Amino acid sequence: MSAVVDTHGHDGHGHDAHGGGYHGAGGIMRWVTTTNHKDIGTLYLWFSFIMFMTGGAMAMAIRLELFSPGIQFFNPDLFNQFTTMHGLIMLFGAIMPAFVGFANWQIPIMIGAPDMAFARLNNWSFWLLPFAATLLVMSFFTPGGAPGVGWTLYAPLTVQMGMGMDLTIFAVHLLGMSSILGSINIITTILNMRAPGMTMMRLPLFVWTWLITAYLLVAAMPVLAGAVTMTLTDRHFGTSFFNAAGGGDPVLYQHIFWFFGHPEVYIIALPAFGVVSQVLPAFSRKPLFGYASMVYATSAIAILSFIVWAHHMYTVGMPVQGQLFFMYATTLIAIPTGVKVFNWVATMWKGSLTFETPMLFAIGFLFLFTLGGFTGLMLSLVPIDIQLHDTYYVVAHFHYVMVAGALFAAFAGVYFWFPKWTGKMYDETLGQWHFWLTMIFFNMIFFVQHFLGLAGMPRRIPDYPLIFETWNKISSIGAFGFGLTQLLFLYIILKAIRSGEKAPQKPWEGADSLEWTHLPTPVPYHSFETPPVLK
Amino acid sequence: MSPQQIADNRRMLTRLSIVAVFMFGFGYALVPFYDRICIALGINSLEVRAEPAANTQVDLTRTVTVEFDANSHGMPWRFEPKVRHMQVHPGQLVNVDYEVSNVRSAAVTGQAVVSYGPSLAGRYVRKLDCFCFTQQTLAAGEVRRMPVSFVLDATLPAGINTVTLSYTFFEVAGKS
Ligand code: HEM
Ligand SMILES: [Cu+2]
Repeated sequence: MSAVVDTHGHDGHGHDAHGGGYHGAGGIMRWVTTTNHKDIGTLYLWFSFIMFMTGGAMAMAIRLELFSPGIQFFNPDLFNQFTTMHGLIMLFGAIMPAFVGFANWQIPIMIGAPDMAFARLNNWSFWLLPFAATLLVMSFFTPGGAPGVGWTLYAPLTVQMGMGMDLTIFAVHLLGMSSILGSINIITTILNMRAPGMTMMRLPLFVWTWLITAYLLVAAMPVLAGAVTMTLTDRHFGTSFFNAAGGGDPVLYQHIFWFFGHPEVYIIALPAFGVVSQVLPAFSRKPLFGYASMVYATSAIAILSFIVWAHHMYTVGMPVQGQLFFMYATTLIAIPTGVKVFNWVATMWKGSLTFETPMLFAIGFLFLFTLGGFTGLMLSLVPIDIQLHDTYYVVAHFHYVMVAGALFAAFAGVYFWFPKWTGKMYDETLGQWHFWLTMIFFNMIFFVQHFLGLAGMPRRIPDYPLIFETWNKISSIGAFGFGLTQLLFLYIILKAIRSGEKAPQKPWEGADSLEWTHLPTPVPYHSFETPPVLK
Repeated sequence: MSPQQIADNRRMLTRLSIVAVFMFGFGYALVPFYDRICIALGINSLEVRAEPAANTQVDLTRTVTVEFDANSHGMPWRFEPKVRHMQVHPGQLVNVDYEVSNVRSAAVTGQAVVSYGPSLAGRYVRKLDCFCFTQQTLAAGEVRRMPVSFVLDATLPAGINTVTLSYTFFEVAGKS
């Protein structure tokens, strides 16, 4: 521990005039005008949590309706609006901003930079989000309600919907803009702002995965912006990109959307891989196994993700050669993904493991994400997918990769870095409860959905035949439990902020990236104003 | 940050913004690209018939009962077929009328959705014209007669002797 204080001492940091607290405007204006990467990271994380609760409330409504066959609580229109908004809010409002929050907090302190490259742009990237979220929620209160077209916003329905659709389109524009600006900032920070001696191949893996993710975002987000802009002009300005009556083609929309959509799933997954690649070695007390192969595997996944999009469209009637191409390309992705899973397991192999909450979530991620990868592999096979497309099997698949993948990794990251950020410890016992309840309820919701899908229950319906009742009941009960468990998470965080024990300088023995070795705990408001010296 | 670094960062910002704008354009470029691919592969062309003209000769040896049904789902519309059922030969062109009246004192827009009984029969009902192809807007109190023209495909499986065409009108929210 003393070595740590030594190092930061000779950096000239920590307790000097700039090192300590915050000096600018007070109250709410502090948060509106802040350009500090730590403040902005905090804003992103809280915003993401609020959106998680909003999208979660809709999920509860969906599971409430599906608790029994028949229409009980919501008319089918409203049900469709819930599924659409649940998807959009969870992806663009909860998961993506959560990881941008991690990027803001962690990247500068992991590479020895004083802040992000464009501090004011950073402020702006964040503050676009609340406006986008407001537009999305507002669409519920327009005539005709929010769009009930599914989160993929497929034509032709999008061309026919009421004005809620326009609000959603503008919201997607804002969200896209925010992500693109954020990504440009992240790329520039990583490439230009590293401390001397922090070579590319010494970057912590979290930084690497974010670098690649940011490139994916810059390449994919504008394509989505194009797709929704075409929808907008079809609706109001007489173009016919997707409007069949004017010679357009709704299937074209699907191609453009999924050209964005598949990279998007890796935009969500890669930063999660990054967090897990920090947490697993720390609690295994071993360096990450196969660092270089991790970097190459991540890049390979990113490149491949641009040539597999039509695996979401096997049933639109494409030629068999097309199906074969996309099937082979998709199954190819399993190879780099397999490399990563192998490396994580090998990192734990013969390590001296301990199982604090971050580690539990990381191991939970490893198990369940791999399961989601397997079901993905099954869905990538054309003959199987033709059976399973648009059934609950697909719903189960993507929740294994998105919730048990991305969300579990986010939880792991919060528990892992919380002491560093705040200087307080969370309550370990409650953290363990949070993990186990989340784990159990998650599987209760989604494991049984595999059975529903295999038995033929379609996704996105408010009503279903009686034979599906039992599994739906189990799934709904799991969902209510899962929802309540996340309130426990909120309680744990608030409790830790208010009355958490003081965190030791380095609560996790095996953590070895710069923020742990070169900065005091909690991290001062300004850090690395002179770059650290790396040997 | 040194002036050098600020300049480097600016340059990076410009380059990456260009990439973003380029990719926005790329999304649009997919439109003609997709058209070309479809033409090259001979799929999805609007001018070419998708399938060779089938033999539509009337199969007088078979008679099938077609039943007509009408519902309006939570709408202020009275909606009914002018005939409840008829006997037709596969291959024969059938014209029937439905009548719909708007009992509300305001204009209402609706969209009809069809379902078939048995559902297997659906693909053998070749509709040439139908009020369900478009949304219908009825002024307050308006009454309208609406046609359906269809042919039962001669390949209708032998086991099917009754086909039901059931239409349900749904209100198009936000349009009234
Ligand atoms: C081994 C890796 C993966 C493979 C082979 C794979 C394959 C597939 C396939 C073939 C589908 C289409 C199923 C259908 O609609 O019939 C699908 C759907 C989906 N996948 Fe994956 N996937 C993988 C990983 C991921 C990851 C990492 C994520 C996100 C973190 C993800 C998110 C999704 C989502 C959201 C959908 C549903 C899209 C929708 O229709 O709404 N997948 N996956
Ligand atoms: Cu995909």
